[in-house]
Amino acid sequence: MIAFRDWRIVAPIFLLTLVFPLLANFASGLFVGLFERYGEADTSGFVDAFLPLMPMLVGFFPVSISLVIALETFVGEKERLSLEPLLSTPLTNVELYLGKVFSSILPPLSAGYLGITLYLAGQIFGPQQWRPEPILILQIFLLTTIQAVVMVTGAVVISSQTTSTRAANLLASFVIIPMSLLVIAESLIMIQPDMRFVLWWIMAGLAVVIVILMRTGTRIFNREELLGRAIDALNLRWAWRVFWSQLTGGVGGFRPVAWYRLSVIPTLKALRMPSTIYLLTALVMFIGGWTLSTRFTLPLETELSDETVLDNLREIFEIGQSNPTYILWIIGQNVRVLLLATLLAVFSFGVLGLVITTLPFGILGYIFGNIAANNLNPLPFVLAVLPHGVVEIPAIMLAGAAALRLGAVVTNPPDGMTVGEAWLRALADVIKIGVGVVFPMLVLAAILEVQLTPRVVEWILTTF
Amino acid sequence: MIEAENLTKYFDAFLAVDRISLFVEPGTVLAVLGPNGAGKTTTVRMLTSILTPTSGWARLAGYDVVKQPGQVRASVGVLTEQHGLYTRMRGLDYLDFFGRIYQLPRELRRERALGLMRRFGLEDALGKRLGEYSKGMKQKLALVRAMLHDPPVLLLDEPTSAMDPQSAKQVRDAILELRRDKRTVVLTTHNLPEASLLADRIAIIRRGRIIAQGTFEELAQEFVGPPMMRLQTAGWANGLAESLREVVEVREHGEDWLDFIAPDPARTNPMVLRRVLDQGVDVVTLSQRSRTLEDVYLKIVEEDEKDERAQEATPA
Repeated sequence: MIAFRDWRIVAPIFLLTLVFPLLANFASGLFVGLFERYGEADTSGFVDAFLPLMPMLVGFFPVSISLVIALETFVGEKERLSLEPLLSTPLTNVELYLGKVFSSILPPLSAGYLGITLYLAGQIFGPQQWRPEPILILQIFLLTTIQAVVMVTGAVVISSQTTSTRAANLLASFVIIPMSLLVIAESLIMIQPDMRFVLWWIMAGLAVVIVILMRTGTRIFNREELLGRAIDALNLRWAWRVFWSQLTGGVGGFRPVAWYRLSVIPTLKALRMPSTIYLLTALVMFIGGWTLSTRFTLPLETELSDETVLDNLREIFEIGQSNPTYILWIIGQNVRVLLLATLLAVFSFGVLGLVITTLPFGILGYIFGNIAANNLNPLPFVLAVLPHGVVEIPAIMLAGAAALRLGAVVTNPPDGMTVGEAWLRALADVIKIGVGVVFPMLVLAAILEVQLTPRVVEWILTTF
Repeated sequence: MIEAENLTKYFDAFLAVDRISLFVEPGTVLAVLGPNGAGKTTTVRMLTSILTPTSGWARLAGYDVVKQPGQVRASVGVLTEQHGLYTRMRGLDYLDFFGRIYQLPRELRRERALGLMRRFGLEDALGKRLGEYSKGMKQKLALVRAMLHDPPVLLLDEPTSAMDPQSAKQVRDAILELRRDKRTVVLTTHNLPEASLLADRIAIIRRGRIIAQGTFEELAQEFVGPPMMRLQTAGWANGLAESLREVVEVREHGEDWLDFIAPDPARTNPMVLRRVLDQGVDVVTLSQRSRTLEDVYLKIVEEDEKDERAQEATPA
């Protein structure tokens, strides 16, 4: 509850909401005046195109306050010891979570709307007489709203998982920096009318992020965590114990057969759901690649003759035969990509890991789409993938699924597990599958790719 | 009513509450005593469905604390160790906020808030911001918050801390009234005189376990022994102690006083008095030496400490 004596809080909000749009209007006026005075010929269209640079910024400043409020929510109440009475009420965890989200978001978002409206009104009814397209105004308001929700849902997750407002504020940079960059990018897109369709894609992407953050928030928000977490102590001994027990599956000593039977195979079974998601994504990528090939068709018929392919293959084959390190290079490349995908999965709830590991399917879709578009015989191309692909593709699929699970597990830890424990177990599974299954398959695939695949393709091209 | 059976709580490997069993009937005040870190707050948090027990079960007002957390929390009023008020809000607004959470109709929540604030002498502070309340007023308002929805069960942590004597009496009277209204009250406190004044039953928790439970008399009997009587005589009571040793266990004596154990005062005391009078000694008073809850508590904790040391000394 804010009163007049809280002027130190109210004044900056007031300034950001009301004064900044006026200031932005004034700056725009100066900018336009400058062009009118020194610009050449008719610059009105050029100047108009630049006007959308400002509204996102005008809306973003007040909205960014919602981040501070949201960061303050759970951890601030915990610090002021006012959380427990609230947790003792019949409110459900989801009600508490959503209540905090809405109370954090509504006042700053209203201020953001007011700021944008003031700025736009100044531009529309002021000397500039700007006539923005209604769809652009809709995009501005929608983007501001969605960004506010992203920031708040992210901040509430941070707030519920930290033990002090200081820690929460430090972690807030993970929200505010990407969002600031995004706002700048959106403003740059807005000044290019033919690129504004990208803003819809950004909205769709942010909507996915909101769903993930809300799911994470409602899943990991629980009374036990909020009250039980007293200090951010890192219990390494406990962490190691959890990790090791998951990695070994309780199999003591060096007993590889027992390890595969009792630990690796159950983990493979546990990867069914992420593997299904992986396969569906791979399918979407393949179809997407194929669709792209219909828009951007390569002139394969003229560029790619059988002789050229054969020459290239023979070259690769010769190199591979004479230099076994080529196998190591392929293994190294695959391992590097999978490690990168796993790393990115950690920071993107698994999304980037999934995208990177399914990207080859998009490329395959594009290639096969082109082959179909050019009426080429697909058999050599299929056989250029198949001999080593039968081993390599499942290996990549497993690694991608494990990476997806590692990133996504924080949004939905299994019942009775904290986020930390679930993540440690998922990490152990990634290493277990990586070392026990994926790496041996990649080695085999690399050997096949160097030793067998070129021979098969050569045989096909020379025989038929 | 509160029922709990083998309620246990682990935080990772740390055992915070170890197989606690409780049964508190309506109209009963249970005082939960114990040193800091004994597991009292964790127990209360499990009973209010804030923490999930690792094992065991508990029912509060007939609701399962694990399966029916919403109903449990709707049936309990909690006064937390820290009052946890929103200091920028005004008293009445604050109560209205919580009344809405408990889904009380507008009129009822206003009526109850005003009634309770008056009862605890807060009527002059209705419009004041809570930050301007004194410590005692804050504590009383937190108690009002706990009682606002008229819950059948109240869990009160140090309800009179930081209060002046008059306010503390108001709160004690309120607790006794709740008992008369057949509410179940659990009181966690370090204020032993207050606990002995209010509690029908006492549970002492140490290292996460209930080490003693019962009425004060039961606990005193078990841990401190039978009541001790003091006989005050008029003038020198020479030889009286020797004479009384034939009928009672005399613990100590002085020139004009004598302490003896009376396992059954109704039988022992008349016998002692007859013998004293027969000897021509005038009696000034015969009274039971007060056994405070503090004596009992300290004795119980001391014995548990001994047990703990003995266990530690025993090779596994």
